[in-house]
Amino acid sequence: MADISAPLTTADGKPLKAALASAQARARRRAFFLVLPLLAFVLLTFVAPIAQMLHRSVHNPGFTTHTDIGSGEKTPIMVNLRAWFKENPPGTEPDEAAYEALVKDLVVLRELKAPGSVGTRINYERAGSRSMFTKAARRAEKLEPPYKEAMLDLDEDWADPELWQVMRGASSAYTFNFYLAALDLARDADGSIVSVDENRQVYVKLFTRTLLLSLLITFLCFLLAYPIAHLLATLPLRHSNLLMIFVLLPFWTSLLVRTTSWIVLLQSQGVVNDTLVATGILDDDSRIQMIYNQTGTIIAMTHILLPFMVLPLYSVMRPINPSYVRAARSLGATSWTAFRRIYFPQTVPGIGAGALLVFILAVGYYITPALVGGANGQLISNLIAFHMTKSLNWSLAAALAAILLGGILVLYWLYDRLVGIDNLKLG
Amino acid sequence: MQDREPNVATSDTDSAFVVFDRVQKSYDGETLVVKDLNLSIGKGEFLTMLGPSGSGKTTCLMMLAGFETATHGEILLDGRPINNIPPHKRGIGMVFQNYALFPHMTVNENLAFPLEVRGMGKDEREAKVKRALEMVQMGEFGNRRPAQLSGGQQQRIALARALVFDPALVLMDEPLGALDKQLREHMQYEIKHLHENLGITVVYVTHDQSEALTMSDRVAVFDDGIIQQLAPPAELYEQPQNSFVAQFIGENNKLSGKVIALDGDIATVQLDDGETCTALAVNCGGVGSDTLISVRPERVSVAAQGGPNSTSATVQELIYLGDHIRCRLTVHGNDEFVVKVPNSAGHSHLSVGETTQVSWLAQDARALDAG
Repeated sequence: MADISAPLTTADGKPLKAALASAQARARRRAFFLVLPLLAFVLLTFVAPIAQMLHRSVHNPGFTTHTDIGSGEKTPIMVNLRAWFKENPPGTEPDEAAYEALVKDLVVLRELKAPGSVGTRINYERAGSRSMFTKAARRAEKLEPPYKEAMLDLDEDWADPELWQVMRGASSAYTFNFYLAALDLARDADGSIVSVDENRQVYVKLFTRTLLLSLLITFLCFLLAYPIAHLLATLPLRHSNLLMIFVLLPFWTSLLVRTTSWIVLLQSQGVVNDTLVATGILDDDSRIQMIYNQTGTIIAMTHILLPFMVLPLYSVMRPINPSYVRAARSLGATSWTAFRRIYFPQTVPGIGAGALLVFILAVGYYITPALVGGANGQLISNLIAFHMTKSLNWSLAAALAAILLGGILVLYWLYDRLVGIDNLKLG
Repeated sequence: MQDREPNVATSDTDSAFVVFDRVQKSYDGETLVVKDLNLSIGKGEFLTMLGPSGSGKTTCLMMLAGFETATHGEILLDGRPINNIPPHKRGIGMVFQNYALFPHMTVNENLAFPLEVRGMGKDEREAKVKRALEMVQMGEFGNRRPAQLSGGQQQRIALARALVFDPALVLMDEPLGALDKQLREHMQYEIKHLHENLGITVVYVTHDQSEALTMSDRVAVFDDGIIQQLAPPAELYEQPQNSFVAQFIGENNKLSGKVIALDGDIATVQLDDGETCTALAVNCGGVGSDTLISVRPERVSVAAQGGPNSTSATVQELIYLGDHIRCRLTVHGNDEFVVKVPNSAGHSHLSVGETTQVSWLAQDARALDAG
């Protein structure tokens, strides 16, 4: 016997570990090259956009750098005012020097044709600021000292401490203010964090609604999918195949078609209401409003997301041998007890997978709520889209999206703690 | 269902414990899987349903357990019709082919399950589980999951689970099918001993005839939805009532022919090659009907000059099996005729191609139906 403590070697004296590594290196290299395209794809289309989004949610150079649209040349702007902010702590009353710096910067902005974009940046956090900037920049060159009075003559709002607080916040390209805004918070004049006016609080309410609706939709999907999946798993194969096609049919139909067909069915002059009226169950004037509200969102999304619950459940139920339930029955359990104690626990991994899938999809759902959600059936994704396409406040959109992402990751972590990710079975 | 204590091992077959009374079963309304089953099983009996797959034996077991309903007829358990009693109220223990141990529960939980659903207290439960585990020598495995056990261990647990709630009747559906040969034989003896010690009634389904012969008090041979023969193992082997049973149980040489004379028990049969031989008339019909003569390989003597039913045979093949030598011969034109020559001192040495004489007693040749 060789000495146990000495490292093992191959017949020609090479260390065994090194020999093994070199023997496997080729296979490893080949495996790596095989997944390389996917890796590049994922990096390019998944990791990079998310990283960029996260960056954008804390970075907005609208008040610090001007990028010329034609040449792409970057010019620092608001230099004087930013210097003043740096010298004076938050809460300082803006003095003559501050106004002088502001006017000098406005002159520069006018030359760069940039007052609009800078105004927009401030407008994100304080409504009505954009016009103040464009108006002031037009006249800035002609203003005489004392600048404070001159500016206040133009618009009294220039003395608003909130405006100065916003400008101070924007004077650094990196800021967490978008996250504050996304959580219905803001900094007051002293720089401390307070919640915004009650009638301007939208985001937290929407996050809560998104969460609750998604949970409800997940639960409804579970209720509907469980019996279907069970039927699919227990029917003879030729019957279950047909049924499976019905389950998958929605998958093969355009999302838009499915959503609009719900509009046809549920609208106040739609099929369902007409039938109810025709059969005399409903009065003609008491037609039920089932669409363009939360009900519409819930019905349409439950329908669309149902297959995502059915499939994992089915894949878990199919291999469960019927003899388990039979054994439980023969051991004295009623059919309910046999289901509860024996069958159901074995389907939990499928429930977990389906619920997680449906929930995550529901939380980020956009098209369906946009089409059938009306006013109170909108979800947070609709607001993100609004900030992306309408208000063009990409930083806020990014902050909202990042909070959504973070929330899902937290839920995912919770799920892992409670159920265990390795119990997940997608098929 | 009244609670019954494990019965003392009185193998009194007269007091029928389970009765199948003219039971028929059809799944599709076109064919009968079980054609006309009449069977009574005595208390404490070990009865095996033996048959090829598709013969209806498992269906019978499932009807008894309550997972299938009889299309026609009555099943009685301890004198009470059970057709309308759901499985969980029948109080029948069952061991499944794949054991059906609940994978999400430990062994202890699996065993406690039937006691729990009967509302038994925790202390009593634990005591019973412990006792049942010790009965199958698995005392230390209580906290394992089924997946952490070997096939044989799972088998024991399944057995313990079917027995833990003291059922008077235990059904076993090919419980040893998944085990390797050695373990299977070992478990056969264990199940047999458990049955003897506990005095329970066991209905056992298998397609393995040696398993059936080893363990049973009586064996019901199923084929085509009908019990072909119901008899103790020895009788089944020694006195098969028809050619299916003769063929299915043990090894068998068959010679087909026509009955040309009947003299009491003894039939004279003209074989297909024109020669005649005598055989015990069991199930061969009258003169002129076709018959199949069944002779067990070990009842044929080789090289015995001038015995009864003596005929010449050509050796086709010799296989050495240690304790005996298996000879395949051509006898009366049948070249699948097998004879076992014991490897005893001074046994006859044959060689392939050689012509020798074989003979057998008329009592050992059974003239049966033509099959």
